Amino acid sequence: MSTTLMLGVLAGAILSGTSLLYATLGETIVERSGLVNLGLEGILLIGASVGFSVTAVTGNAWLGLGAAAAAGCLANLLFGWLVVTRKANQLASGLALMFFGFGVSALVGAPHVGAVIVGLPKWRPAWLGAQSWVQATTLFNYDLLTWLAIPAALLVWWCLFRTRWGLGVRAVGESPGAAFASGRNPAALQFQALSAGGLLGGLAGAHLSLSLTLTWAEYMTAGRGFIAIALVIFSKWNPLRAVAGALLFGGAEALQLQLQARGSLISPFLLDMTPYLLTLLVLLAWGGARRLAAPASLGRTFYGSD
Amino acid sequence: MAESRLAARKDAPALRVVLRYAAICAVALALFAAVLLVAGKDPLKAYADTFRSTLSSAYGLSELLVRMTPLLLTAVAVALPSRLGLINVGGEGQLYMGAWLATAGVLLFPAWPRWLLLPFAALLGFLGGALWAAIPGVLRAARLVNETIATLLLNYVAPLIISYSIFGPWRAEGSSAYPQSPAFPEAAQLPTFFDTRIHAGFLLALVALLAYWLLLEKTRWGVDMRAIGGNPEAAQRLGIPVATWVVVALAIGGGFAGLAGMGEVMGVHGRLRQSLSPGFGFTGFLISWLAGGRPLGILFMAFLLAIITSAGDTLQITQGLPYAVVNILLALILFLVLARQPLRGGAK
Repeated sequence: MSTTLMLGVLAGAILSGTSLLYATLGETIVERSGLVNLGLEGILLIGASVGFSVTAVTGNAWLGLGAAAAAGCLANLLFGWLVVTRKANQLASGLALMFFGFGVSALVGAPHVGAVIVGLPKWRPAWLGAQSWVQATTLFNYDLLTWLAIPAALLVWWCLFRTRWGLGVRAVGESPGAAFASGRNPAALQFQALSAGGLLGGLAGAHLSLSLTLTWAEYMTAGRGFIAIALVIFSKWNPLRAVAGALLFGGAEALQLQLQARGSLISPFLLDMTPYLLTLLVLLAWGGARRLAAPASLGRTFYGSD
Repeated sequence: MAESRLAARKDAPALRVVLRYAAICAVALALFAAVLLVAGKDPLKAYADTFRSTLSSAYGLSELLVRMTPLLLTAVAVALPSRLGLINVGGEGQLYMGAWLATAGVLLFPAWPRWLLLPFAALLGFLGGALWAAIPGVLRAARLVNETIATLLLNYVAPLIISYSIFGPWRAEGSSAYPQSPAFPEAAQLPTFFDTRIHAGFLLALVALLAYWLLLEKTRWGVDMRAIGGNPEAAQRLGIPVATWVVVALAIGGGFAGLAGMGEVMGVHGRLRQSLSPGFGFTGFLISWLAGGRPLGILFMAFLLAIITSAGDTLQITQGLPYAVVNILLALILFLVLARQPLRGGAK
């Protein structure tokens, strides 16, 4: 592999891995509180379309980013109302949220299809930009979300494993009854986890439309939400491992784009399959160990302690 | 006297179920109308247009049956594995693979006589969906990958195989902007009825539903399946081959979804296209879930959701909205049903 190809793949891996990482971090927090949200795909779509539309209307990508985060948060609270307050089935509620995201994103984005926007500003630190080999690539030329991706993973890890709040969230995920008995409020903690997860999911979606593609198209997330859910399993519900997972998948996507750009003989449609097949492979290889690492009460409904 | 009281008691819940769904639909329609109003559209006109294009004419009703065909089949594709507690969200991909393999058969043997080609292609359609669904089935039976996530992921792979084929080896000459396969020969077109677009696939769908009911209620297999759905470990100890059942149930379900795809290419389009399905597989999942997997419920819900998804077409044609917006209405119905569920995990 030539150096430029490798640098191109690396630069692309970081850029397209960013949104996967935020989505994975969000789902990790949610699943640590014992909830499975299969509607992540819908959250990403809502984030992408709200972020793009607000940016197209106001001309300010930061406003778009904020709106996307808020919309993701609201959508997850809707999920919370169903599965925490109404104690509805989590898988079905997640799929309902996915449909909701399909529809809402199409409605919000429709007037802005084909709009030209100025996305999130990208920059490269001055001392790095001076190097000639760096200038030849898109490496290190990133937007704020990408620069903050690894700090965000560290922050989520710290919140989950080094704070009282995180202990509470994990306690609810392991055993809501025990958490309740020790004076915690499982419902409140789950709603807080969902808010944080929705916020990160909204950001993840917005990064796609505001930095990666600079367009809005229906269903543009193309299953990234489900890939992120698989990454949570792969990373064993650990935010730091999620970084490696996101890079791996970002890399697969970037490699495929680079090959296409270089006029590879392999059909682009076959190359497009790699992320999904890779996800299945990863689940195959790591799926067996999940029962040890998963929060013990993941996916179970807590009916209160009586 | 006692008999009539019993009958009355039996009737009351059925009536209540219908009323309950009617109320849920009314609330969902009202909420969706509010959404359309906010978007600056005219909901009353949209609903009136939908009614006019579906229920008010013989042609509209016939188009509903055309639309119900893939919905019924993909709903059975979900319902059958759901008896075992399996969640098949891959109807969309299975539909595509059924269409793909049926097309392969037609394009390989275009000169075959009709009496041979039609059953052969239908069989291939079934097989395409069945093999595609067997992948998550095997992964699940070996306790390697959860079938929900595997079926979801494969939904994204199947349309790429279609695209690869019609952009490549199966591309019809002269189809540059929207590539598609060559038109099928006359012998590969499913028969249609009464000068409408209702095709033989609709009969197949009814047969599939009937077969599902028979399997469930009248055979020893149905008992086995329910045993696995109730408690897989106990079923295993009773000597029921649970792993085999997992693969078989998903494969047969996928086969029905494959038949839906076969029906679309051989009954509706007459060729393989990229835009085969506006999410029939997902809607089929909703139908089965809303009906609780009950055969009559599936028939009723398929009819209802055929009307509702027609609203998507109406929105697209008369109000300039994307078809996907109708997903909001589907989601609202689901939300209301989910929120109304009894608080203690349903009937035990």
